[in-house]
Amino acid sequence: MKILVPIKRVPDPYGRIRLTSDGSIDASDIKWVINPFDEIALEEAVRIREQGAEVEIVAVIIGEAVCEEQLRTALAMGADRGIFVEFNSPADPGIISFLLAAVFKSVNPDIVLMGKQGIDDDFSQTGQRLAARLNLPQATFASKIEIVSNGSAARVAREVDAGRETLEVKLPAVITTDLRLNEPRYVALPAIIKARSKPVNRVNTSEYGSIPALQISVIKREVPLPRKGGRKVGSVDELITALRDEAKVIA
Amino acid sequence: MQPTTAPIGGAFLIEDAKIEETLTAEELPAEARLMAKTVEDFLRKEVLPLAARTEAHEEGLMKSLIKKAAALGLLSTSIPEKYDGLDLPKSHNALLAEKLSLDASFSVSLGAHTSIGTLPVLYFGTPDQRQKYVPKLASGELIGAFCLSEANSGSDALAAQTKATLSPDGKHYLLNGTKMWTTNGGFADLYTIFAKVDGEHFTAFLVERNYPGVSVGKEEHKLGIKGSSTCRIILDNAEVPVENVLGEIGKGHRPALYSLNIGRFSIGVGGLGYSKEAIKISSKYAKQRVQFGKPIAEFGLMQHKFGEMALQCFVLESMVYRIGGWFDVRFGGIEIDDEGAADKYRAASEEYSIECAIMKFFGSEVLDYVVDEGLQIHGGFGYTEEFPMARAYRDARINRIFEGTNEINRLTVLDQAFRRALKGRLALPQAATKLKDTILSASPSLPELNLDPIDEIGGWVQQIRNATLYAAGQSYEALGQNLIEKQEVVAAIADMAASLFALESGWLRLQKLKIAGSSKFELALSAVQVFGADVSAKVEQWGRVVLCAISEGDARRVNMSILRRLLKIPLVDTVTLRRQIASAVLDAEAYPWL
Repeated sequence: MKILVPIKRVPDPYGRIRLTSDGSIDASDIKWVINPFDEIALEEAVRIREQGAEVEIVAVIIGEAVCEEQLRTALAMGADRGIFVEFNSPADPGIISFLLAAVFKSVNPDIVLMGKQGIDDDFSQTGQRLAARLNLPQATFASKIEIVSNGSAARVAREVDAGRETLEVKLPAVITTDLRLNEPRYVALPAIIKARSKPVNRVNTSEYGSIPALQISVIKREVPLPRKGGRKVGSVDELITALRDEAKVIA
Repeated sequence: MQPTTAPIGGAFLIEDAKIEETLTAEELPAEARLMAKTVEDFLRKEVLPLAARTEAHEEGLMKSLIKKAAALGLLSTSIPEKYDGLDLPKSHNALLAEKLSLDASFSVSLGAHTSIGTLPVLYFGTPDQRQKYVPKLASGELIGAFCLSEANSGSDALAAQTKATLSPDGKHYLLNGTKMWTTNGGFADLYTIFAKVDGEHFTAFLVERNYPGVSVGKEEHKLGIKGSSTCRIILDNAEVPVENVLGEIGKGHRPALYSLNIGRFSIGVGGLGYSKEAIKISSKYAKQRVQFGKPIAEFGLMQHKFGEMALQCFVLESMVYRIGGWFDVRFGGIEIDDEGAADKYRAASEEYSIECAIMKFFGSEVLDYVVDEGLQIHGGFGYTEEFPMARAYRDARINRIFEGTNEINRLTVLDQAFRRALKGRLALPQAATKLKDTILSASPSLPELNLDPIDEIGGWVQQIRNATLYAAGQSYEALGQNLIEKQEVVAAIADMAASLFALESGWLRLQKLKIAGSSKFELALSAVQVFGADVSAKVEQWGRVVLCAISEGDARRVNMSILRRLLKIPLVDTVTLRRQIASAVLDAEAYPWL
């Protein structure tokens, strides 16, 4: 079995994002990490391999040269080899799903296992669009994955608004991972050393034909206003007055 | 960039540093940072939440944490690949040690195992001894400990009274005596024990816990690092097989002193690691704690603390990775099984004994300052065990005591410098004479105005070097070998030397930040300016102490006028600059550089 795990380089979710005076993101202080949902996907791939079947895990990252750092991290976390698609222009889920579809065709995996969304722009579209482009079944927001029917299908529990839904998808399929699927383990130091010698295949996007145009443009960025503290009111009447006269949310 | 050459030890006392021989924290590779993240995650999720239980000495808990760390490879970072280790450069190890220091008890326990518990047998053991013990120490199957101190020999370690005598059948040494302050003593499996063969020849032995005649005393009740095990090891005709002599009979000082140098370096590293954590904890608190209608972080006296804590850390960090890079050069390329490898390891470690002694006292005093102010920022809450600073304050204190007290380490600086001078390894007398000739022959040129700030600080470094050289040279001229008896003078010169090394390290890093176009350059410039101004004034004061103690009358007046000519104290608005640094700390709620 072959599992393709696309990963994304994102700012550390626990760090603070600042804007420069011209409104762009100030990258000087940002620590970059693998998108946490993608880490969960990679961990799940490793767990599937640990169940005993012959599994090759291929990690792929798309972006500028600096992204190779996160690809190496993925190799240290357990991917067997890496694919680095160098892409230096702004991207959106339309473009990334197009590029991933091309990677899919060259790798021919049984499962694409990826985060349900990037924690930077929170689109939650790439997995779904990829499945659509490839005409594959998809199971999004997975909180449990079992490989069944001798490796020809996956049973996936999904976290949906109404509760949990369980799907069975024929492989190959795209599965996107939710927060509660697993907790990634620590990256052991010897594995980090071992990752030095794992192969990385560099791909030029010119091999993939004409790339779709960017469909999303950024108009402006703003830092959210700090939350103001609440206050306690003494009575229902006081509450109604405050909602009407101060917050102006009721008439 | 990782340097490929390194200066001789003590060179900073007499000549300009080479920037290409300087490693900075910013230059460590992503791989080292990834490893550091593993260590930090492990500490925050697995170790710190159990701090109260490890402090209560819950049976088996610390040992189980060390074994968990072993599974992540944390015990084998210094071990060559040949013995299943990761063989990391010392500078990368330093970054990991910074993260380990988040829990002092754990850090001391793990460090005692990986350094003094493992390195003596690794470096000085026979191939058989290495094969037998090193892979098991690397995997955590065996826990190591080191027994040097005794009740009557602490700082004077080689004066140990524990005796070893050959058994009548010639198969064992029988060890008799009691060793004090053995870290990991309560649960270690392998002890490196120092004893005098026939009461004379100081020798190291590898002693397994279950050998007949070995017993372990009760846990000491300590002020801090309570989660670490500290016991006496009692040797009552302990039977140690002759093949477990470590190194040569009578050459026990080699594994004993080798370990001390690296240990001293490590104390500086740990001090750095926890100082950053204390800054993080205290800055968060100061932003939340409201008094007189505003967060206390907004008050000038709080900002002074944050500015000072952060700039001291910056300088310490510059020292740590500068020395770390030199160790990488010196240790690089030594093959463990080569003929004479032990001598090469010892030489590599010993090369920077002056710098390691400085790291030891400077680093532990930065940590003490930072945790003290961290506690103060927390006010009354800081004094309770409900908040983390109380434990940090207790835990920090040992660092000024072990691995040679800070007093011993101050004496070591000059002792080592003079030894090297006598052996012709360090041209200290020549440099002092040359300086004096310059003073007598010409008036030193006045500093140029409107210098580039980096050049200006370079001038301060040179002034401190001259003042230190002058004080040391005059002292030696006046007292000769008797200088060593005037410990107050020796310590003051050591403080001058430490100031020189510290400021120069910060200055070198500043240049590298500028070359790299770092967004942190301006902040670093403020830090080094404040440090340079403050430390220049202190050097002047120490210089005065020294020169007044070794001369009187006209000679004293001449000395003082020369000191004043050599050292112009820079005029810097340290209040404004410290506030700048403080605002970066408070904005980031952390140490603002890395």
